[in-house]
Amino acid sequence: MSGTFLGMPSLPVFGIGNLHEHEPFPKAARRELGNPQLRANLGHATRTIRDKRLAVVSELPDWEELREAGRAIKESVMARLPELLEEFEANFTARGGTIHWARDAGEANRIVAALIRDQGATEVVKVKSMATQEIGLNEYLEEQGIAAFETDLAELIVQLDHDKPSHILVPAIHKNRSQVRDIFLREMEGVDPELTNEPARLAAAARAHLRRKFLSAKVAVSGANFALADSGTLAVVESEGNGRMCLTLPETLITVMGVEKLLPGWEDLEVFMQLLPRSSTGERMNPYTSLWTGVTADDGPQNVHLVLLDNGRSAALADEMGRSALHCIRCSACMNVCPVYERTGGHAYGSTYPGPIGAILSPLLTGITAEENNSLPYASSLCGACYDACPVKINIPDILVHLRGEDVDSKRDKRGKRGRERLPSQMDLGMKAASWALSSGKNLGLVEKALPLGRLAAGPDRKITKLPGIAAGWTQSRDIPAPPGQTFRQWWDKEHQAPAAGPGAGAAPAAGTEAPGPKENP
Amino acid sequence: MRIALFATCIVDAMYPATARATVSILERLGHEVIFPAGQACCGQMHVNSGYLKEALPVVANHVKAFEQDEYDVAVAPSGSCVASVQHQHPMVARRSGDAGLEARAAAVGHKTYELSQLLVDVLGVTDAAAQLGSYFPHRITYHPSCHGMRLLRLGDRQLDLLRSVGGIELAELPEAEQCCGFGGTFSMKNADVSSAMLADKTANICGTGADLCAGGDASCLMHIGGGLSRQGSGVTTMHFAEILASTVENPAAVSGDVRLTTGRTAR
Repeated sequence: MSGTFLGMPSLPVFGIGNLHEHEPFPKAARRELGNPQLRANLGHATRTIRDKRLAVVSELPDWEELREAGRAIKESVMARLPELLEEFEANFTARGGTIHWARDAGEANRIVAALIRDQGATEVVKVKSMATQEIGLNEYLEEQGIAAFETDLAELIVQLDHDKPSHILVPAIHKNRSQVRDIFLREMEGVDPELTNEPARLAAAARAHLRRKFLSAKVAVSGANFALADSGTLAVVESEGNGRMCLTLPETLITVMGVEKLLPGWEDLEVFMQLLPRSSTGERMNPYTSLWTGVTADDGPQNVHLVLLDNGRSAALADEMGRSALHCIRCSACMNVCPVYERTGGHAYGSTYPGPIGAILSPLLTGITAEENNSLPYASSLCGACYDACPVKINIPDILVHLRGEDVDSKRDKRGKRGRERLPSQMDLGMKAASWALSSGKNLGLVEKALPLGRLAAGPDRKITKLPGIAAGWTQSRDIPAPPGQTFRQWWDKEHQAPAAGPGAGAAPAAGTEAPGPKENP
Repeated sequence: MRIALFATCIVDAMYPATARATVSILERLGHEVIFPAGQACCGQMHVNSGYLKEALPVVANHVKAFEQDEYDVAVAPSGSCVASVQHQHPMVARRSGDAGLEARAAAVGHKTYELSQLLVDVLGVTDAAAQLGSYFPHRITYHPSCHGMRLLRLGDRQLDLLRSVGGIELAELPEAEQCCGFGGTFSMKNADVSSAMLADKTANICGTGADLCAGGDASCLMHIGGGLSRQGSGVTTMHFAEILASTVENPAAVSGDVRLTTGRTAR
């Protein structure tokens, strides 16, 4: 028997699909910032969800313990992912389901298309799912002559408008109800031409439209929020019930799920069912939680499939500093508290995963060396609001800094290997100079001797209003004060005298005044 | 108590009045302040911009400077720089494979306090007017900087100290916990987003009708003050240390280092 050596699989396998910036973040952000409608909608929507989340989180006395439990469970899952996946596979298969393993987006898309074709279907209904957005399933199916209909109301709005989601929980957060009415009037078959922008009327129009799809579809495609290894159970958490329709009515159900969604068992689900609704919609409990375990004869889907997706997850898991990004349960709390996201919206990030989590998850899945994803880790002021809000305590600011370090190092390596192909940037040179200046008191003291030049540049207004190069970013909206006549170091050396013994509380010498002078001690 | 002052690079070079005020407050309480001459910077700008290799000598210098002299605690008038000393320094050392430096950095970090932490938690200051003679007859508002709030969990320490200053009037800042948009090199790399965040912050500040916005980090105050100056708002910024150091005899002038158009000074 002869064997063909196929070679070792090359590791890590990075993710492909809708995981990339379309243009550098600062450029995309600039465009999105110029859209006042987007700013107004986003500001209103994120503020509303933020307040709701805070209210339901603060009513739980053990919220911090729950977060810690969520973090610990996820960490242990990541540590023993291979064995838990095998346990899940055994249980899922024993109960009549079929598992498919997909290394990347391309494999996953081909598997799903083949399963749909096996049923002779040309239409599928879809449950809202991040994984299928990530792999670009709808676009792929369209190329294959299969129409995929989104059934989540917001996803439906976005799909009808030929747009992209801008938020992982509320994909149409960038649209207001008048815009939604216009989209329905333009794109929805058989819609009432007198449709108004009242939410109830809009929902009724969507309901009538979707009902026709639910009753005719032979195949449904879903994602999953959780998978329980000890029983082979899948779970979808939703608000509208449209997911429930998809999960129960069609004959065939195909689920696409990232491997990191696994939980050991039912006890663990208890923790996440408290964390997720409160963090995402700001509700104590979500309206619909659907759980299914394999096939039940004559009840619900009779062909049940699960595509387990890697698409860069193993690569992210291999990154010791970044792997906790895989703990993400896609609640979107980090987006709703992020001052950057609130102003730019989700489209500026390019990837399916926007906001703070997207700024780390996307480059972790694709590899930070992917040129087209290296501006994302800089899309944060590192204010830390995301870390505080995260229900599984992902330290997003630390991972952002880690990825920035990887980015800078990878460019340094490229310079080292390819000689003059890439010259050091202004930032590189500035950081190098600053490293020298700031690595000894003596050096800093020397540099400070040049500060009078700054005073000269500031002129009689005592402020600098225009700087060249990368510093122009600062002066586009901010002045810089003229440096003081004397640095603290100079004052200390020349004018500060050690105080005489004994406290002098109450009778204080001058300090913090404009004119520094020798100190008198009482 | 012997207290080592970490002035921080930005205060040393640009806002010396903040460090002088810190010295004044501590000496007024009867403590001896020393200034380790080798100090320069915490290196946070390098770390947060991804230049960890360049950050290493800066971190190593800080650790060296702050283990030379004998002192009880170190203090810096900055939440952000203290958070860097405590959280980032050991990480930078670890990443470079220097376990010795990591342990030394952790030891320095344990002894380092942010100013309001030191005043409230260690030195027991609860009433600035009574204990420090603080007097500042102005209407102010207060911005809590992100790193002090979220990395050091300073809570209301700075605000409570300000509340206890004689003659002061505090106006609450709406959406105070929103970042001002500084973020170090973020303000240049993502200048548009940063400016949009700043515009909301300055609008909230101006809406309070305060003469100035106080805070605990010179860098954020430079950012906010730079925006207020550009807008010609007539409102300025000031570090809370300078407000605590202000007395009836020696009042702090309200017009800060970014001189503003109205020429509004102490009344």
